[in-house]
Amino acid sequence: MLQSYVPLALLIAFVVLNAAIMVAVSHLLSASRPTPVKERPYESGMPPLGSARERFDVKFYLVAVLFIVFDIEVVFMLPWGVAFRQLDLLGLGMLGGLIEMGVFVVILAVGYVYVWKRGALQWS
Amino acid sequence: MTPISGAAFAWAAVVKIPLVFAGLLVLIAFWTLVERRVAGFIQNRLGPNRVGPAGLLQPVADGLKNMFKEETLPPFADRFLFLLAPLMAFVPALITFAIVPVAAPLPTRWGLVGTAIADLPVGFLYILAISSLGVYGFTLAGWASNNKYSLLGGLRASAQMISYEVSMGLSAVAVLVLAGSITLGEIVQRQQQSTWFVIPLFFAFCLFLVAAFAETNRLPFDLPEAEAELIAGYHTEYSAMKFSMFYLAEYSNMVTASALMASLFFGGWDIPFTAWDDSAPWSFAKTAATFVSFWTKTLAFMFAYIWVRWTLPRFRFDQLMDLGWKVMLPIALAYVMVIGVAVWALEALGLPFGTRYALALGALNLVAAVALFWGLDRRRLIGGAGARARGPWRAPAAAAAAARTGGAD
Repeated sequence: MLQSYVPLALLIAFVVLNAAIMVAVSHLLSASRPTPVKERPYESGMPPLGSARERFDVKFYLVAVLFIVFDIEVVFMLPWGVAFRQLDLLGLGMLGGLIEMGVFVVILAVGYVYVWKRGALQWS
Repeated sequence: MTPISGAAFAWAAVVKIPLVFAGLLVLIAFWTLVERRVAGFIQNRLGPNRVGPAGLLQPVADGLKNMFKEETLPPFADRFLFLLAPLMAFVPALITFAIVPVAAPLPTRWGLVGTAIADLPVGFLYILAISSLGVYGFTLAGWASNNKYSLLGGLRASAQMISYEVSMGLSAVAVLVLAGSITLGEIVQRQQQSTWFVIPLFFAFCLFLVAAFAETNRLPFDLPEAEAELIAGYHTEYSAMKFSMFYLAEYSNMVTASALMASLFFGGWDIPFTAWDDSAPWSFAKTAATFVSFWTKTLAFMFAYIWVRWTLPRFRFDQLMDLGWKVMLPIALAYVMVIGVAVWALEALGLPFGTRYALALGALNLVAAVALFWGLDRRRLIGGAGARARGPWRAPAAAAAAARTGGAD
């Protein structure tokens, strides 16, 4: 079982090593002639106005929080999907598994409608 | 023949890893040329054709140029994260492909060698996990560059990629219900026993296709690097090899997404209309033929990426988020339940898994597709950007009649 992860470990080591070599070789081969203009943030040729370390829209955080909720739901659904045919719940066989997922999806849908109505998905 | 094991197993991996890595990089390099030539063809111009015969050496020239270009390390940037970000985008992009079987297993003197680098028991979960690691690279690149355009590009990339990942995972649930397994090898096998899953799971395929375009930041979803708005998005401040790494990562994600669509919905390395390739005894001829079959499908999807890029205009960001959260997500959730009920009904009827089983599900999809797309088209479910401006939909004949009579519009 664990043996199948050995090639993966080798692959990750190989890719990391290659990426490091590519960046290092490029660093060694390239010339470096900095000028004051090159050392400024590129804003289409205009002199940069203010810092880029500004506050940004809270909606990006909101999306991240919502993502966690729905991704965990996907994480629950993936094993359910794999095991669905063999499920035997509530003494009803496959129907039990279906009811179980139905209840879960309904609870999730209530939350989803709430989030939608509160305008968390509103971008325009 | 028994699967390869022991020391020979490790040696097989040592041989496969550089082969796949080099193969991917060469494919990506030439695909940049294909993309530019096809773009030229679609726009009625030639595209790069000067370096070598028919421009075939263009990728080599580009690669060399990127090696020798001046490397900028902006003094205003966060040095460590600025260096780390391209690697964090590049490494996950290149290791995701590891679990995709590209052909039938190859018999050798030491045993049967699988064609994926690592046939992990977690299968598809590995792809979901690693492909979302790539988000860190793009977000960090945007933040570390300390450039407003980069920051916006990085934020957009992260919001977009996580939004569509939910739909991607959900559309895969339907595949897992039919396959009853999470490893790509067995998913391919189940498709050989019935039909390609694109027929019984047509909707899941549509959702997966859209999500795959969004996940790879390709047009019409290339907002993180929308050149008209953000210069070059998160890699605005990058140059030389570090810029190349982002490019390689994007194309590598494209290869993986195409390979996934081929494996999950188009039978992977299965050759259609023949059972010759489906089972043992394995031979070199079978491996070679299925290898060609797999790459034909994958390259077709990669071509579709280019085709779509030069056909569709770019979304606006609010449209993109609306599509992801308000259209794809509910459809994907409902679809999983529909497939669950349908599979339960088919099992209750006692239909064995096979071609007829799949075709029955396909008929269900056809009905659902007509209903849904008819609704979409009439703007009952989704109103495009023009819906508000133009008012409610009107049949062309009625509109023409209104224009003739000079009716108030």
